[in-house]
Amino acid sequence: MIALLKRDLAIATRSGGAAMLGVLFFLAVVAVIPFGIGPDLNLLARIGPAILWIGALLASLLGLDRLFQADREDGSLDMLVMQDWVSLVLTVFVKSLAHWLATGLPLVLAAPLLGLLMNMSATATGAVMLTLLVGTPAISFIGAVGAAVAVVLPRGGLLVSILILPLAIPILIFGVSAAYAAVTDPDPFWPPFMILSAITLFFAALGPVAAAAALKGASD
Amino acid sequence: MSDTTISQGWFTSLANPTRFLALSGRVLPYLATAAVLSLVVGLYMSFAAPEDYQQGMTVRIMFIHVPAAWLAMMCYSVMAIASIGTLVWRHPLADVAAKTALPIGAAFTFLSLLTGSLWGRPMWGTWWVWDARLTSVFVLFLMYLGLMALHKAMDDPARAARPAAVLTLVGFINIPIIKFSVEWWNTLHQPASVIRLDGPTIHPTMLYPLLVMAVAYTLIFFTLHLMAMRNEILRRRVQTMRRQAAQAIGGA
Amino acid sequence: MMSHEAFVFLSYGATALTLGALLLGIVADGRARRRELAELEAQGVRRRSKPAGGAN
Repeated sequence: MIALLKRDLAIATRSGGAAMLGVLFFLAVVAVIPFGIGPDLNLLARIGPAILWIGALLASLLGLDRLFQADREDGSLDMLVMQDWVSLVLTVFVKSLAHWLATGLPLVLAAPLLGLLMNMSATATGAVMLTLLVGTPAISFIGAVGAAVAVVLPRGGLLVSILILPLAIPILIFGVSAAYAAVTDPDPFWPPFMILSAITLFFAALGPVAAAAALKGASD
Repeated sequence: MSDTTISQGWFTSLANPTRFLALSGRVLPYLATAAVLSLVVGLYMSFAAPEDYQQGMTVRIMFIHVPAAWLAMMCYSVMAIASIGTLVWRHPLADVAAKTALPIGAAFTFLSLLTGSLWGRPMWGTWWVWDARLTSVFVLFLMYLGLMALHKAMDDPARAARPAAVLTLVGFINIPIIKFSVEWWNTLHQPASVIRLDGPTIHPTMLYPLLVMAVAYTLIFFTLHLMAMRNEILRRRVQTMRRQAAQAIGGA
Repeated sequence: MMSHEAFVFLSYGATALTLGALLLGIVADGRARRRELAELEAQGVRRRSKPAGGAN
């Protein structure tokens, strides 16, 4: 399993892997906001956490179809699917984890720079980084289901985003809620943060199982 | 699956498409008549019901808003059960049931959102608000659309069956969220007044038209669903026949 | 703002329209499928499980 993790990471970070593409898209979305909304610094600071979260969500969603694509292209997907149930679920789990490390984690690390662009305070940026750290794995895990469903389609990428978006909305809601709670005084931080963590753990269990079911089903 | 099998449960006998077509063809006229009758009765009762002392005649929107919302959730539940049928028992008609229920469920969800909005504007002063229930019903609508997009993207229905089933079941978690959202988060949409542990809190003059309309909507759903399932079976037959014809030409 | 009656009328109207369109769509779909089947059978294509000239 460690070998699989390393292999997936290597594939994702080499030149054709487009892991940096996610971060660049994140940057593009956030950078465009001030152009559209205007340079009102107070407004930017107020909506900053939400914009960062939306950008991270979109960047994660767009990178999801890559989860199984490399394996489909070189034919190893068929061999992975032939495994027994438990191995396949573990495989998907490890691949999702690798996907997060390559796509989601860079978003977390890029957040401080983007927080600067949105004139966010250090507390706000820190809260966004923490919630992104806890929440983006959930996107990778539940995104695996969409990626598994759409892997057989030629232009499946956009469909994956459409399919997973309804399931990712709670992640966004609680992530932003916790981030804002850290900045606005009377708002409680721990309840939404705990729920966000719970969603991540739940999707970490549900995502690989459902994705394995979808992969096995599509290959029958 | 010929008649030489010894014992056939009711469910297994329905698995044969030809038998399903025959059975549904016999049931359909009665179902459709019952749907129309209950709808007529329900509409009459809805307009005969007294006006609410606060809301006036706008309360009549409740009689088409609440059943639409109930049906939106029931339809997704039917799809979830059908998905289990596909994944666990590999029932041949289960994926037909799941696929054909999609546009009907999407229509009911759309209607619940639309009538809710038209009820909300005069009563609570806003077309829309992002409270827990409206948001989760909107998410349900997105799920319907996403599943329809998935089926459209795959031309072979047999291949789409199991991935769609998995996705449907994953999304089912939204249904209890919709139901309990008004209790967990106290926001604009009013809390439950019919399906509660203590029983309904609506006055009978309002409750009975509501229940009749709910029955009417349910019958309408099953009528449309059966019709759509029959169409889908015919569509797959056409596909198979076309493929056979093409193969015959290719082999000749 | 419109009168309250207008809202009620719009709601019932939209419901009738949507459900009606759904019904029409399903009926039209069924007719098209039956037409296709009739055409194919007229061309002599037969399904595996259905004997020639058997009832549907």
